[in-house]
Amino acid sequence: MALILTEEQSMLQESAREFLQKKAPVKHLRSLRDQGSESGFDAAIWQEMSAMGWPAMIIPEAYDGLGFGYTGMGLVLQETGRSLTPSPLFSSGLVAASAFELLANEKQKSDYLPKIASGTTIVSLAWDESNRYQPFAINTTAEADGSGYHLNGQKLAVIDGMGATHFLVSARVEGEADLSLFVLEANQTGLTRSASRALDTHVFANLRLENIVVDAAARLGAQSYSEGELSRVLDIARIGQCAELLGVARETFERTMAYLRERKQFGVPIGSFQALQHRAAMLYSELEMCKSMVLNALQQLDAGQQDLAELASCCKAKLSEIAMRATAEGIQMHGGIGMTDEFEIGFFYKRARILETLLGDRHYHLDRFALQRGY
Amino acid sequence: MNDLVSFRAEVRHWLEQNCPEEMRKPFATEADICWGGRHCVFQSEAQQQWLRNMTSKGWTAPTWPVEYGGGGLDRAEAKVLQEELQRINARLALYSFGISMIGPAILKYASEELKRQHLPAIVRAEIRWVQGYSEPNAGSDLASLQAGLVDHGDHYLLNGSKIWTSYGDKGDWMFCLVRSDSDGPKHGGISLVLFDMATPGVSTKTIRLISGKSPFAETFFDDVRVEKNQLVGELNGGWTVAKYLLTHEREMIGESGLGQAGTRALSDIAREIVGLEHGRLADPVLRREIAQLELDEKGLALTLERARDEARAGASLGASSAMFKYIGTEMNKRRQELLMSVNGLQALDWSGPESSDGLLPKTWLRSRGNSIEGGTSEIQLNIVAKHLLGLPG
Repeated sequence: MALILTEEQSMLQESAREFLQKKAPVKHLRSLRDQGSESGFDAAIWQEMSAMGWPAMIIPEAYDGLGFGYTGMGLVLQETGRSLTPSPLFSSGLVAASAFELLANEKQKSDYLPKIASGTTIVSLAWDESNRYQPFAINTTAEADGSGYHLNGQKLAVIDGMGATHFLVSARVEGEADLSLFVLEANQTGLTRSASRALDTHVFANLRLENIVVDAAARLGAQSYSEGELSRVLDIARIGQCAELLGVARETFERTMAYLRERKQFGVPIGSFQALQHRAAMLYSELEMCKSMVLNALQQLDAGQQDLAELASCCKAKLSEIAMRATAEGIQMHGGIGMTDEFEIGFFYKRARILETLLGDRHYHLDRFALQRGY
Repeated sequence: MNDLVSFRAEVRHWLEQNCPEEMRKPFATEADICWGGRHCVFQSEAQQQWLRNMTSKGWTAPTWPVEYGGGGLDRAEAKVLQEELQRINARLALYSFGISMIGPAILKYASEELKRQHLPAIVRAEIRWVQGYSEPNAGSDLASLQAGLVDHGDHYLLNGSKIWTSYGDKGDWMFCLVRSDSDGPKHGGISLVLFDMATPGVSTKTIRLISGKSPFAETFFDDVRVEKNQLVGELNGGWTVAKYLLTHEREMIGESGLGQAGTRALSDIAREIVGLEHGRLADPVLRREIAQLELDEKGLALTLERARDEARAGASLGASSAMFKYIGTEMNKRRQELLMSVNGLQALDWSGPESSDGLLPKTWLRSRGNSIEGGTSEIQLNIVAKHLLGLPG
């Protein structure tokens, strides 16, 4: 497959950019923050995104999706990275949709996928339990009880958790080595959620599960899944994060380059100084490599590549590193104004940190990449 | 598409028949590299046969037109050929600045007469070309070059000198940037001329590098006769050609960051020498640096692939070659540093059969030159900043 976009894909990306820059640019995020938004995103904007079919992007047509593929989804996520628009597109439209598609049985797919596609149901993955990232150290239990299960445990940093209608909870069924996923309704008895405001204005939820009673139909695929099978969902999520990180990094870089051309000191544009030019050129080279890695990863997903671990970790390690560098340089090269809250560049730095940390940071993924390569 | 499938089958079959077994493994030493030319000494029968077979198809220059001796392949076919060569680990039959540098410039800028004179001889490896660009006082500031070309009736006379001429002592012909007009802006008084290194008045002196090798020479011109028809492009229009040619050079050097086909992955070597503990390389700090490099190598390979795909779709590489040159050479230096670390004491041995005559440290030392020759990394970054980022000069 050629590493270029089709005309259809380019058009999708352009229309996404146009919509987001007009309807939900960075000042939209700022106002959500200043109003203390409960869910962290705007329901009306989400409705418009849904009307354009964004959460339906990767869902097959058989379940009322568009079947437009991961590359399309990745391009839209790049644009939400540019505008920093908060929405459940990543958590529900990419991650939960992938989990259902890969792991659910037919009944669960037809129950949930059409509603995820239309945006009326918002599903968040509730997985992490500890501050240090260890995706397979899960203590949440599911105790078999008659025809159903009792769930007990705690979950941290559930993305968009305060606005979600459902959760996909990882838990270990007693007596089994592997993990299972359970679909819970947000208002299920025994489930309490509390808001945790993240540094970038995302609102996470922390969940407490106390003797939650669910029936057997809530268990995804009615079985447990190996680390490899579950990692596939996480790896798709990580590649989605990389797409968003790419948008964050490129937008910051372009804004910074514009500033270097405009801002004058010593009577000349500061972009004429070689010290800044070289740092900019090095960063540009890194961003070009990031661009290729993200496009390749998305295309591999669309091509049904089975082995995602090396691909996703390679991408996440690199994108995390470079997005952090691009946004940090964004602040530094803007000088005094770059460190103010009033100016927007700091928002990008914050988002990069959130995306880097969730689902494994660059250290985690560099280590995993090396392990995948057998060292 | 079907055409490509049958073309691939055809290529595969042909290679089966025509690529000798000994030519299907990585180069053991630099001496295994075939440069062609008047004074070419083949290392083996197989090497000679392999070159002859490839030139007979014009596949030493696969995309050049058939009328000038080339293979006449389109980009898609050339990619198939490349893939099939890699598949069997085939050695490059010919290293040639004729093919990678002056050939493309002749194709684009030279007269029909020059194309017919020079291109077929390049494809057939009959002439080994060398590049006369830098001068002692014109390095990064190449356009300030002074080797002077003056009109002498029915021919020109050239006086001056060049430095950092790759394999200057082994070349048959030189493509040379000269000052043909000293008045006006310096870029506007430069021409690109071709001449035979056997012309009276041309002399060379090799330069010994820190690696102990002498891949470069100084070249001196004392009233050297240059024929008037041997101008590539217009008189005083050489800078445009020179820049075009540099783009090819940078791209070529950039790709060298990926290591030669058939060389072993750094992590494989490290696993063998350093060993694993609980599935991880026993030296965690070294492991981290190796992993970081392998990520970046992946990034470069994908970006070169993307650039080729974009070129096929009609975009031009242009100033991106500066980026590739910068990334590729810096990456190769990192790779060589890590190879030295991985090999420990073994890497310090300068001569003797144990170390293939110090191949490792010599390659390490040679890699320092990668980010200097063909324009320093700093110059490449200047080009990126100016032409790709639009930063003020």
